[in-house]
Amino acid sequence: MASIELRNLRKSFGAVEVIKGVDLEVRKGEFMVFVGPSGCGKSTLLRLISGLEDITSGEMLFDGKVVNSLTPSKRGIAMVFQSYALYPHMTVYQNMAFGLKLEKGHSKDEIRQRVEKAADMLQIRQYLDRLPKQLSGGQRQRVAIGRAITRDPKVFLFDEPLSNLDAALRVATRIEIAKLHADMHEVTMIYVTHDQVEAMTLADRICVLRDGLVEQVGTPMELYERPDSMFVAGFIGSPKMNFISGKFAEPFGCETVGVRGEHMIINEGPGRWTGKVIHNENLGADSYIYVDIGSEEPVVVRLEGANTYKSGDSVNLSPMDDKIHRFDKAGKPIR
Amino acid sequence: MGATFDIWKLTKQVLFYALVVVIVVVSVFPFYYAILTSFKSGTDLFRVTYWPTSLSLENYRQVFTQGSFPRNLLNSLFVASLTVILALFLAVTASFALSRVRFRGRGLLLMVILAVSMFPQIAVLAGLFEVIRGLGIYNTPWALIFAYTIFTLPFTVWVLTTFMRDLPIEIEEAAIVDGASPWVIITQVFMPLMWPALVTTGLLAFIAAWNEFLFALTFTVSNQTRTVPVAIALLSGGSQYEIPWGTIMAASVVVTVPLVVLVLIFQRKIVSGLTAGGVKG
Repeated sequence: MASIELRNLRKSFGAVEVIKGVDLEVRKGEFMVFVGPSGCGKSTLLRLISGLEDITSGEMLFDGKVVNSLTPSKRGIAMVFQSYALYPHMTVYQNMAFGLKLEKGHSKDEIRQRVEKAADMLQIRQYLDRLPKQLSGGQRQRVAIGRAITRDPKVFLFDEPLSNLDAALRVATRIEIAKLHADMHEVTMIYVTHDQVEAMTLADRICVLRDGLVEQVGTPMELYERPDSMFVAGFIGSPKMNFISGKFAEPFGCETVGVRGEHMIINEGPGRWTGKVIHNENLGADSYIYVDIGSEEPVVVRLEGANTYKSGDSVNLSPMDDKIHRFDKAGKPIR
Repeated sequence: MGATFDIWKLTKQVLFYALVVVIVVVSVFPFYYAILTSFKSGTDLFRVTYWPTSLSLENYRQVFTQGSFPRNLLNSLFVASLTVILALFLAVTASFALSRVRFRGRGLLLMVILAVSMFPQIAVLAGLFEVIRGLGIYNTPWALIFAYTIFTLPFTVWVLTTFMRDLPIEIEEAAIVDGASPWVIITQVFMPLMWPALVTTGLLAFIAAWNEFLFALTFTVSNQTRTVPVAIALLSGGSQYEIPWGTIMAASVVVTVPLVVLVLIFQRKIVSGLTAGGVKG
C-alpha cells in the first residue's frame, strides 16, 4: 500500500561507510528482492527502511512523505527476522497479538479475529496456545510471518527468513511466501537474501547490491537476459555463467565473453572449442559437465537429463551465438 | 588385578564421602549448635553437649515477649523488602541502558559502578552519616534502605547487565517493530525472560540487607527502629554480668529460618540464574 523512494541514501558505522548513496524506487504492491554477496549492505539497507537503523544522510520517502526520523511502528512496517525473534515467554497467540495490543484502540474481539485470520492463512491455528519452544523451525517462522500479517502493515520486510530452515522446508516456505504475496497483492514487500534462486522465484523486481551501491535493478528475466555488468551476470543464474577471456574472446571482439552453461552445445563434429571432461555432476533431471578447454577456469556445460561422459573424454563444444554476452575491460556489456 | 582395582575404587569413594562429611560438619556445626543451645534453659546452657538433651521453648517465648524483638523483626522485613524492590527497579532500568543503549563512556561507567563496591563499609560510614543527617532520615528505616540500596546496586547492576546483554537483540528489535516503547520492552518482554536473574539478585540483596550490622548500628538509635542483627547483639540479660545466650540463640534461629525457607523455595531458579547470567547458553 506504500511506495518507497530512497534518495542518495547513505549509512556509516563510525568511519566505515556501508551504504554509499543508494537511489531506488519500490513501487506500490511490488515484491522487491535485495540480493548480493555477504557484506554488500543489503541487510543494512533493509534495516534503514525498517527504521531500526538511523539514516546518516539522504532521504527516504513512503508515499512521497519523508520518514527519515519516524519509528518503525509509525512507518507502518512489519518485519520477519532470520532468527524468528519470537517472544519466548508468550504463546503463539500472544506473540501475534502483541503489536495490536500495544496499538491502542483495538477491541479484544477485533484482535482475536485478526489473529485467527492470519493463523488460518498460515495454517497455524492449532498451535495458537503453544509456546515457541514447542514448535519446529518451520512452524516458528510461520508464526513470525503471522505476527507480521496480523498488524496489517503497509510494508512487509523479510530479512533472510529462510536461512535457518533445512532445504525441503525452505522450498515449502518459499512457495508459501509467494502465495502470501499473491493474497496480499496491495502490500509492498521487500525481501533480503543471498540465495539467487529465492530472488529469481519470488521477485517482481530484483535489486542487486555490491559494496553498498546498487548494481542493477530489474525483473528476474531482465537480469538474466540483459545483465548490466559481469558482476550481475555472474551472480544471477545457476550454474554460474562461464567467463572466458584472452585469446578465446578475441574472435568475438571483446575482452571477456560470457556464456551460461545452458547455452553451450556439445557438437558431434568439430566445434568452436575442444577440451577434456574433468568432472561430471549428474543431478537426474539435468547434469553439469566441467570441460577444460585451456581457459583460466573450466567451462560448465548444462545438459538435459543424465549423461555418460567420463573424466578424460574429449568433447567439442560451441556457445549458442545469439545467447553470448560480450564484456569490455571494465566489465560492462558490449551490445 | 580386579580385586586391587576394586579396593582402590572403594578407597577413593570412601575418601570422597569423608571429605564431604567434614565440609558439611564444619559449615553446619555453628548453626546446629545455635539451635541446640536455643532449646536449653538454666544452667544447662553451660554444659557442652552435642545431642539434644532438652526441648524447652522458654527462650523463644522470652524473645517474643521481652523487649521489642517482634518490632525489630518487622523493621528488618520492611527494610530488606523495600531495599530489594528499589534495587531491582533501579538495576533493571540501569542495566537496560548499560547493555542496550550505545553511549559514550558506557564501559567506564560500568567500571565505576564496580569500583564503588570495592570500598569497605567503614570507609564511607562517616560520609554516609552526614548525607543521612542532611536528608533528615537519621534513625528511620529510610536511612537503612538508602544505605543498603547504594551497597546492593553495583552487584545487581552488574549481574543484570551481563544477563541482559545475552538476550537476543532481535527480540528487542521485533518489539520495537511491534511499536513497544523502552518501558514496555523492559516490563513485558525482558522481565519475564529475566526471572531467574531477578530472583537470584533479589534474594542475595535481601540476605545482605537482612544480615547487615554496621550501618544498622550506626544509623538507628532507638529500639523501635532497630533491625534484628543489632537487636540481637544488644539483647541484655537480667543483670549487667549475665549474657542471655539462650535468648540470643533463639533469636538467631528465628532470624535465619526465613532465609533458609526463601532459598529453598527459589533454589532451582537460583542455580539456573547464576549460570545464565555468567555464561552463554
